[in-house]
Amino acid sequence: MATSIEQRGYAHPEALVSTDWVEQHLNDPKVRIVESNEDTLLYSSGHIPGAVHVDWTSDLNDQLRRDYITREGFEALMSKIGATKDTTVVFYGDKNNWWACYAFWVFQLFGHTNARIMDGGRVKWQKENRAVSRDVPSYPKTEYKAADRNDAPHRAFREDVFAHLKKQGQLVDVRSPEEYAGTRMHMPDYPNEGALRGGHIPGAKSVPWAKAINPDDGTFKSADDLKKLYCDDNKLAPAKETIAYCRIGERSSHTWFALKYLLGFENIRNYDGSWTEWGNMVGVPIEK
Amino acid sequence: MPEKLDKVIEMFQMFDPADRTDVLLSYADQFKEVPASIATRPFPKSHQVPQCESDAYVWAQKLPDSTMKLYFAVENPSGISAKALAAILDKTLSGLPASEIATVNCDIVEKIFRQNISMGKGMGLMAMVNAVQALARAASQNN
Repeated sequence: MATSIEQRGYAHPEALVSTDWVEQHLNDPKVRIVESNEDTLLYSSGHIPGAVHVDWTSDLNDQLRRDYITREGFEALMSKIGATKDTTVVFYGDKNNWWACYAFWVFQLFGHTNARIMDGGRVKWQKENRAVSRDVPSYPKTEYKAADRNDAPHRAFREDVFAHLKKQGQLVDVRSPEEYAGTRMHMPDYPNEGALRGGHIPGAKSVPWAKAINPDDGTFKSADDLKKLYCDDNKLAPAKETIAYCRIGERSSHTWFALKYLLGFENIRNYDGSWTEWGNMVGVPIEK
Repeated sequence: MPEKLDKVIEMFQMFDPADRTDVLLSYADQFKEVPASIATRPFPKSHQVPQCESDAYVWAQKLPDSTMKLYFAVENPSGISAKALAAILDKTLSGLPASEIATVNCDIVEKIFRQNISMGKGMGLMAMVNAVQALARAASQNN
């Protein structure tokens, strides 16, 4: 049984809310609950009552280029889900909150800092036999004025990674050990989605994302356990500039969240180009 | 391709994404878990579908009239797609001779799920079809 969020020693405990908290705020007009999954059927099969669905491919990604939605797209999305700047957006989803953290991260590119992750995600809510609904809620549209997308604080591009490499900056590779070692080109049980080379970015530490969670209920481990994992065992320093990556940036959003909000890493960015970009680029350094 | 399955796939081809989601959920709701007379927990690993993150199991029982009845279990509560596919396979293949079931091909997964197929899911669902095919092939060779 996990201890309460407040007791776990996190740097920014306010970024996480419990399933109890969500249940107590189901009818709170200042709270919008957002489900983001990998499996597109899950939301329709039953979600937290009142929760809206934000799909990582159709809602958050540009439909033509490999990039995220524009300011106008974000404003339209927030209007559609009935959120204002004052709305507390709480994300949860499958895969121990991979896609919830990914959506949370994209929201930060537009400065919607009034955002939370529901600890344990969908699986914890289900295991606790809490209410689910198939009713798709509808909220009055809002006028949401967003700032232009500001990638710099949270997102690393390949040029940033090159510069980071030159400085021998901290990199954390959150993929499976087999992907890191280059013996496997994709996640176990996942299709090969196209990297021509296997291995990792030189100097990257291998800390698979799932080590940050308690496997029984999907909740995040305590700050002490996370410190041991990232800082003691893998010598990552919270004060140093850090870049996390995986395959397309979804698993590393999860680690980005854990390092930034739970351990207080001051300057951490997510390299969403990740291995599907690095493993395909001509002439870049790779280690196995 | 068995005729009943062919017709179901043909129906799926006509759906728009919203309809496809509704029908897949409807199949998932009709999913029936393997009865205790066939298997009880802990289910034997020999019946587990490899590569399926929904933790799916499959059994094929040969009936006196030489047809087969398929049974499934899906242990992951989020395994909605696996349940939908299991229900489709059961409704369209159970009652057929093993040799006919053995003609099923895993490319039906893409045809049924289309945009509802996610990165991790496709491999596991195709593995479910392959497991059914393997059981049917083994049964038809034992004739």
